[in-house]
Amino acid sequence: MRQLFTALPRIAALFAGMLAASAVHAQTAATNDIVKRGEYLARAGDCIACHTAPEGRTFAGARAMPTPFGTLYSSNITPDPETGIGKWSADDFYRTMHSGRFPDGGLIYPAMPFASYTKVTRADSDAIFAYLKSIPPVRQKNREHDLRFPYNNRQLILGWRTLYFSEGEFKNDPAKSAEWNRGAYLVEGLGHCGMCHSPINALGGTSQSDAFKGGLIPMQNWYAPSLTSNREAGLGNWSIKDITDLLQTGVSARGVVYGPMAEVVHNSLQYLSDEDARAMAVYLKGIAEGSASSAPVSTLPNTESSLLISLGKTVYDKNCASCHGAQGEGKPPHWPPLANNQSIEMQSAVNPIRMVLNGGYPPGTKGNPRPYGMPPFAGVLSDNEVAAVVSYIRTAWGNRGTPVSARDANELRSAPLD
Amino acid sequence: MSVRLTYACLISAVALPTFAVSSQTLTQPPDTMAARVEACTPCHGNKGEGTSDVYFPRLAGKPSGYLYNQLLAFRSGRRKYPPMNYLLEFLPDPYLKDMADYFASQHPPLPTPAASDASADVLKRGAALVTHGDGAAQIPACASCHGPALLGMEPGIPGLLGLRPNYVSAQLGGWRYGTRTAKAPDCMQQVAAKLTEADVTAVAAYLATRPAPANAAPLPKGSYVLPFACGSEPE
Repeated sequence: MRQLFTALPRIAALFAGMLAASAVHAQTAATNDIVKRGEYLARAGDCIACHTAPEGRTFAGARAMPTPFGTLYSSNITPDPETGIGKWSADDFYRTMHSGRFPDGGLIYPAMPFASYTKVTRADSDAIFAYLKSIPPVRQKNREHDLRFPYNNRQLILGWRTLYFSEGEFKNDPAKSAEWNRGAYLVEGLGHCGMCHSPINALGGTSQSDAFKGGLIPMQNWYAPSLTSNREAGLGNWSIKDITDLLQTGVSARGVVYGPMAEVVHNSLQYLSDEDARAMAVYLKGIAEGSASSAPVSTLPNTESSLLISLGKTVYDKNCASCHGAQGEGKPPHWPPLANNQSIEMQSAVNPIRMVLNGGYPPGTKGNPRPYGMPPFAGVLSDNEVAAVVSYIRTAWGNRGTPVSARDANELRSAPLD
Repeated sequence: MSVRLTYACLISAVALPTFAVSSQTLTQPPDTMAARVEACTPCHGNKGEGTSDVYFPRLAGKPSGYLYNQLLAFRSGRRKYPPMNYLLEFLPDPYLKDMADYFASQHPPLPTPAASDASADVLKRGAALVTHGDGAAQIPACASCHGPALLGMEPGIPGLLGLRPNYVSAQLGGWRYGTRTAKAPDCMQQVAAKLTEADVTAVAAYLATRPAPANAAPLPKGSYVLPFACGSEPE
């Protein structure tokens, strides 16, 4: 009995030790979970696209981002205490994401999509921060931005913020399903889709009423189509499966991604869970406007158009029909159909012209690791032939686009490719 | 609802997806690398034999390791040519390896060398640099790395035959000026830095006059020892 009494504290201590160990274990597991969740969310936010330079260390920044106002360089977001965010707290990180200000109150240029990230919840921001704290620190000083006068004056950002920034986390719409709301949260928040898919005005901002109405991406000369008009990239007539295929694999029965959207699928969307991809699809399908907006207007005289289109058919049959089919039916998903393909018919002909000139591969993804590619025809076709074939595919087979001129084709020959 | 109608619904429910699947299988592009690299062919030829554009190189039959290194360099932007950088930007390593293997395994005949418009003196200087180098200027012979028959060696040393003078000049110029670089030690940059403008012209002109051998395949790995270390060729 005495022995038992003396043994008791030891047993108790042992027991307490076991409890503590399991508590530590549970805590590590919880930290691992949050880091994993943060990694997933950082991918949904496509942080890597801007915060990693070509051949650079992951998240060490210094990627040059040309803008109409000069060149910006992204910052180091690894946990290095001197040059990265190693000294930041979760509060600092949330404030940056939510308010577009550095921990010291300094204003951030809106190339960082804080107007979208402001919608991110505190819990998600904390998870992303936990993940960023877990990656290897890289000692690399941030490079100074190289902006022209007067844009090098950060105080100007205050004006931009007044016009275009409304701070606030995403609010669920109780009239919509949980799935729709999840999709809206991802598209409007972390996905920052509006950064490209909204018209950019001369001040580099987007007004609320123009959200997702499409626009030419400055400097890149690709047209980011409207996500609300079914005449552009509006997905009202797409099946949910076609949308999730496009987002997760880069190819679908209705079309494939190319240009800047290939980067988004490659770095970000292919990693989405099936549930999140579906939620985005439900939301995107939901915001498409049912009725077609006004029919596109041709700027070319009729006689010129018909000459172009008849030459276009000859060019098409010789160079394009073997993959895209005599009737533009393609062999989806790998060789996309051109008939009833919104990205060919829309008012802006920038994308179809660039595809003919530059060709392109959809991104290699888990779901489509060995994509088929479109040959570049810049060296094979004259400006007139490019204009002709684009005019033909925009008007043949019931497509409702308008003809384009040789000048349109010529102007895009010098569009930047990187 | 009649039994027949229910039955009809059931049949169509089963039959429709089957039809959709089979019609899709029927209209898929060929599951081959040839179909997958069609984007390369307007500039490099159907089998990588090159085209009439003198700046676009032949790819066929070059060692796969060399082609893979170039694809990686174009993808990362280390080797700069915007149309190539753009095409490869989002393609994964294993796929680039498949592309390299595909063009390495193609063996269309080498072109018959075109008559050179370079002078006899220029061709003589070119021949000397290619086969013996220039001891005084510390320039090694091209053949010391690219092989006695200039066919290259697996896995990373490319052959030099079947390339047009404009392409060779442009690449040597790229190394001299540092716009084309490779993994350190960047042996080609070291060699090209010692060449004069006239040397580059001479080497490019001479190489283009070399006749095509019947078998133009690169030599197997380890056939000869490189005179100095080269980052592109693993030990």
